[in-house]
Amino acid sequence: MEDQYAIEMLGITKRFPGIIANDNITLRVKKGEIHALLGENGAGKSTLMSVLFGLYQPEEGIIKKDGVEVNIKNPNDANALGIGMVHQHFKLVECFTVLDNIIMGVEPNKFGFLQKKEAHDKVMALSEKYGLHVDPDALIEDITVGMQQRTEILKMLYRENEILIFDEPTAVLTPQEIDELMQIMKNLAAEGKSILFISHKLNEIMAVADRCTVLRKGKYIGTVNTKDTTMEELSAMMVGRNINFKVDKDECKPGDVVLDVKNLSVASKLHKNDAVKNVSFNVKRGEIVCIAGIDGNGQTELVYGLTGLAPVSNGKITLCGKDITRAPIRKRNLLGISHIPEDRHKYGLVLDYSLEDNLVLQRYFEPEFTDKAGFLRRKNIRKYAERLIEQYDVRSGQGPVTIARSMSGGNQQKAIVAREIDKDPELLIAVQPTRGLDIGAIEYIHKQLVAQRDSGKAVLLVSLELDEVMDVPDRILVMYEGEIVGELDPKKTTEEELGLYMAGAKRDEVKQ
Amino acid sequence: MKKNILKNNVVQSLIASLSCIILGLFIGYVVLLFINPEGAWEAIITVIKNFFTYTKHEAQLKNLGNTLVKTAPLLMCALSVLFAYKVGLFNIGAAGQYVAGTCAALYAALAWHWSWLPCMIFAIASGAVLGAIVGVLKSYCNVNEVISGIMLNWISLYTTNMILNNVKEPTSPYTYQMASHGRDAVLPSLGIEKLFNGNKYVSIAIPLSILIAIIIAIVLDKTKFGYELKATGNNKNAAKYCGMAEKRNTILSLIIAGGLAGLGGSLLYQTGFEQWLCTASSVPGMGFNGIAATFLGGLDPIGTIFASYFIQHITTGGAYVDKTMYCSQISDLISAIIIYLCGFVFFLKYAMNKAIAAREEKKALKEKAIAEKASEGGEK
Repeated sequence: MEDQYAIEMLGITKRFPGIIANDNITLRVKKGEIHALLGENGAGKSTLMSVLFGLYQPEEGIIKKDGVEVNIKNPNDANALGIGMVHQHFKLVECFTVLDNIIMGVEPNKFGFLQKKEAHDKVMALSEKYGLHVDPDALIEDITVGMQQRTEILKMLYRENEILIFDEPTAVLTPQEIDELMQIMKNLAAEGKSILFISHKLNEIMAVADRCTVLRKGKYIGTVNTKDTTMEELSAMMVGRNINFKVDKDECKPGDVVLDVKNLSVASKLHKNDAVKNVSFNVKRGEIVCIAGIDGNGQTELVYGLTGLAPVSNGKITLCGKDITRAPIRKRNLLGISHIPEDRHKYGLVLDYSLEDNLVLQRYFEPEFTDKAGFLRRKNIRKYAERLIEQYDVRSGQGPVTIARSMSGGNQQKAIVAREIDKDPELLIAVQPTRGLDIGAIEYIHKQLVAQRDSGKAVLLVSLELDEVMDVPDRILVMYEGEIVGELDPKKTTEEELGLYMAGAKRDEVKQ
Repeated sequence: MKKNILKNNVVQSLIASLSCIILGLFIGYVVLLFINPEGAWEAIITVIKNFFTYTKHEAQLKNLGNTLVKTAPLLMCALSVLFAYKVGLFNIGAAGQYVAGTCAALYAALAWHWSWLPCMIFAIASGAVLGAIVGVLKSYCNVNEVISGIMLNWISLYTTNMILNNVKEPTSPYTYQMASHGRDAVLPSLGIEKLFNGNKYVSIAIPLSILIAIIIAIVLDKTKFGYELKATGNNKNAAKYCGMAEKRNTILSLIIAGGLAGLGGSLLYQTGFEQWLCTASSVPGMGFNGIAATFLGGLDPIGTIFASYFIQHITTGGAYVDKTMYCSQISDLISAIIIYLCGFVFFLKYAMNKAIAAREEKKALKEKAIAEKASEGGEK
């Protein structure tokens, strides 16, 4: 008997004005398999999935479910067919609880009255079964990105969907969590659910997927069995050239201390305890220090404390010998802190502003861009923006006047990186700077971080990505439950050891 | 590549606003038909004609003047709403700030016999204080500006009634005439009244309000201050992240918005065109109409000038509707319907953009098909 395909997308073509996002793409997912969809940003993965999910209508091509042609006009149709999706940008209601978000649209009710107890139990059971730990009563706006994603996965499981689409699900998870997720995915596949796993992380695809379909620039490149291929072959299929996985850098030559943190505590927004507890460390010129740790262990709050986005409850922060513990944000920025924020949409950009206005967001008030009467020097802003766009290769539809919202994620991030690096900071704080970016952009941003280090800047990198933690920094500080539990040398440590520190299974008394 | 003129934001706003106006007039007409089909056409034409109802040129000019006298305060209220809106705030308190400005201007003029400029500044200050209260509550206590704004509207209305009761004509519920008790406070006209057949209510208020609209357009578009305000309005977190004082900006923008609305009160009552009714039991519609004018004007200060004029035009025009066929509330009803539909501007703009995108997609498809055919031919 022939293999039963759960979902077939045949000859899908989807065009947008001026661009063909999907050009005659065929994707077939067997029942009970984990099928990876590989491609760089802009390769057309998200568009293809949006077509499957009913968000877009393709111009050509048909979709078959279990061999029967179906017409998916909107996400409700997709839901009815048992197709569920965890989107890259979560679709959650910020001011609702985790539980409310999970049951939204399929609320269990009796005569119109919500049966939350029932839902609560079901969610807790699912949460337990798959190790997706969440607090069902916490508000989405209060929980970390990692927990929000777990909510999204639970949402899909709650609906008992048969075809599960994971759009870059591991971007924010820790190594251990990724392993858990992989196990969950395997279990789900074993239960007969079909999984579509969108990713550009080759090791994950090799580890978990049965087959892999590769897209490049909107075109179908091929489908391979992961058993019969190698990472090198896949990466060559994806980018059309060979990629250097290792970050090239010279020996670290640390200089003076730039950032000195003593006994710092920062209050949590979630609970009454401090999210950052009595943390001390320093960052010197010419070194990259990485704060590693599982999402939600105080890294976000630590960065808020350092940059001034949240007040510190205790301790002292010194930047180049100046006490900045209580300094306002603007002053810290002027003293030489650059900050590539974790959430580029929430903090990094004014999305409805043009690219040029976003590029001067940290310097618009300087005499170069504002004259004495308070008028903006538009010509200078344009010139400056054009230089940054050229120098940092920020691509956009209409150059400096492009609205930031319409740019791709990678180029939005490049714009932020350009703005923050060009400020010529003493200290560059980069929080998950490569989140959700493709290999080309990641390579680029890593190179920029190393270049900053080599030019004598201090770089503080906060990362959840294991590869990044191992490859980029000169020193690793591991945070667990708000404390620094270990300092590691990336050249001497192993991923396993790092994982133990991150999970709280091992700790040193770090002397500072 | 030829640029699609329909994609231009200004053109879009213009088309959307005009469509709303036409739709509003049409529905107004339908309502008139229901009430009394005989006079409906004539009534709606009267609303549109406003001062053209008069046959004599002189009378037309004089009544155009009257409409403009009431346009100036409306424009100030609209600018007040617009300014706060750019910072992401909905200043429904403009109505109360307008009343506070009225109170200050009238009391200073009638009780203290101040001259016009101090009266005007006092009015601006009163409106600004009200705006500041909303701003401080918003910034430091996270009180929604709509709630505190609405409550302050009523507080300022009754406070105003109480205060202006001291400068009331003994025989009527109205405040003293400007001409008799506050002559110094009457706004100068600089000879503009001659353009309107000697309409004595026409004053510098009209050019002043237009000038202020232009200044606001420049401040929002060209200055560092405007850049900060709009950034705060668009993304409060990003504004905080790059070190802008978002709390200060919130308060400052509401102070300015309050001042603008307060000035509106001064610009109407210091002409002597109207007297304050000390038994008023509802907040004057000026501030609320300002909201409609803002949206009809496409959230653009210059567009707001024309939108304010239009709204005032039909409001005044409504007064001429034949009262033997319709009850006296009809004028308010018709203008309310039209103003209500003005709120659809953004919906229409959205629909327009969608239609354009769909058409372009089709065109791109066609071009591609042609190109493909051509290349196939070449290959052969």
